Amino acid sequence: MAVDKNMNVLIVDDYKTMLRIIRNLLKQLGFNNVDEATDGAMALQMLRVGNYGLVISDWNMEPMTGLQLLREVRADAKLKPIPFIMVTAESKSENVIAAKEAGVSNYIVKPFNAETLKNKMVSVLGDF
Amino acid sequence: MSGIGVDRDLEMRLDAIRRELGETVRIDQVGEVVRSLLESIGGDISAGDLRLYREVESLSHYIHAAREEIAALRPGDIKNRFIASATDELDAIVGATEAATNEIMDAAESLEELAPGLDPAAGEKLAEIITRVYEACTFQDITGQRITKVVKALKEIEDRVEGLVHMFGAEYDGKDPATREATASTPRDEHLLNGPQLPATAANQADIDALLASFE
Repeated sequence: MAVDKNMNVLIVDDYKTMLRIIRNLLKQLGFNNVDEATDGAMALQMLRVGNYGLVISDWNMEPMTGLQLLREVRADAKLKPIPFIMVTAESKSENVIAAKEAGVSNYIVKPFNAETLKNKMVSVLGDF
Repeated sequence: MSGIGVDRDLEMRLDAIRRELGETVRIDQVGEVVRSLLESIGGDISAGDLRLYREVESLSHYIHAAREEIAALRPGDIKNRFIASATDELDAIVGATEAATNEIMDAAESLEELAPGLDPAAGEKLAEIITRVYEACTFQDITGQRITKVVKALKEIEDRVEGLVHMFGAEYDGKDPATREATASTPRDEHLLNGPQLPATAANQADIDALLASFE
């Protein structure tokens, strides 16, 4: 099935600059409906009232981390199917394992480039 | 006085001191406590008592010397001046790099708006260059997280110095006691919040992909 580039994408990061960078990279990939949250709790609220086709989230945030957000998403019947990509500087094996066990769809380690972002999105959403 | 008698007597006196001062006795009060204890040991003193007396006296001298040495380190200054100043400097670095990155991003976005007016080949080339600029700007997030790790380490040192100052008494503190920030609640997965690894030991994207693939 073709990827709908008009889908709503939620990006979550406590660094405003990183949100801006990801938003611009998504725009270059043709995804223009992008919303932003600056921590897991804010993202969860937005997910519960919105209709999102993809979450791209940082890990290290307060008060709710990306991992906690992921667990909340996977524990919610309505949100569970949403693809969830973790984009983080946390690169230890234990982090990747914890994220995988929590149900992450894919994992990008910072710093990353546009090609990696696209490849991971393709692996999660299908070719576009 | 028998050894058992001394022990019981000592216990009773220690209980009295605990009732008066609580479980925590400040270092500058220890000498007074020891003196009061020794003065209260009356009557015949055995060889064992004398050994105990010498040990306690030696301990008192040791604590006094340690107190003087720690005072010479000026822990109040370490806490209030040096660490506070280093933390401010690091915060300033984060602020400056963030401002500079946003300037670069502004410029890149302005350039991107010019792309539609260019011929397709030039527009594509420009988009490629702008993408590289965006990618390079991720440095700010990484350096910010690294600096946050250093600030946390400084905070840990500050807390320990503060504990030392508290233990040795107010005269070791600086003139401007810092207000301790309320610490955030401990996240459940705190041990997983390590931040960026140093390049020599960090896993790259290929390592992450291999690890993820091992789950399939």
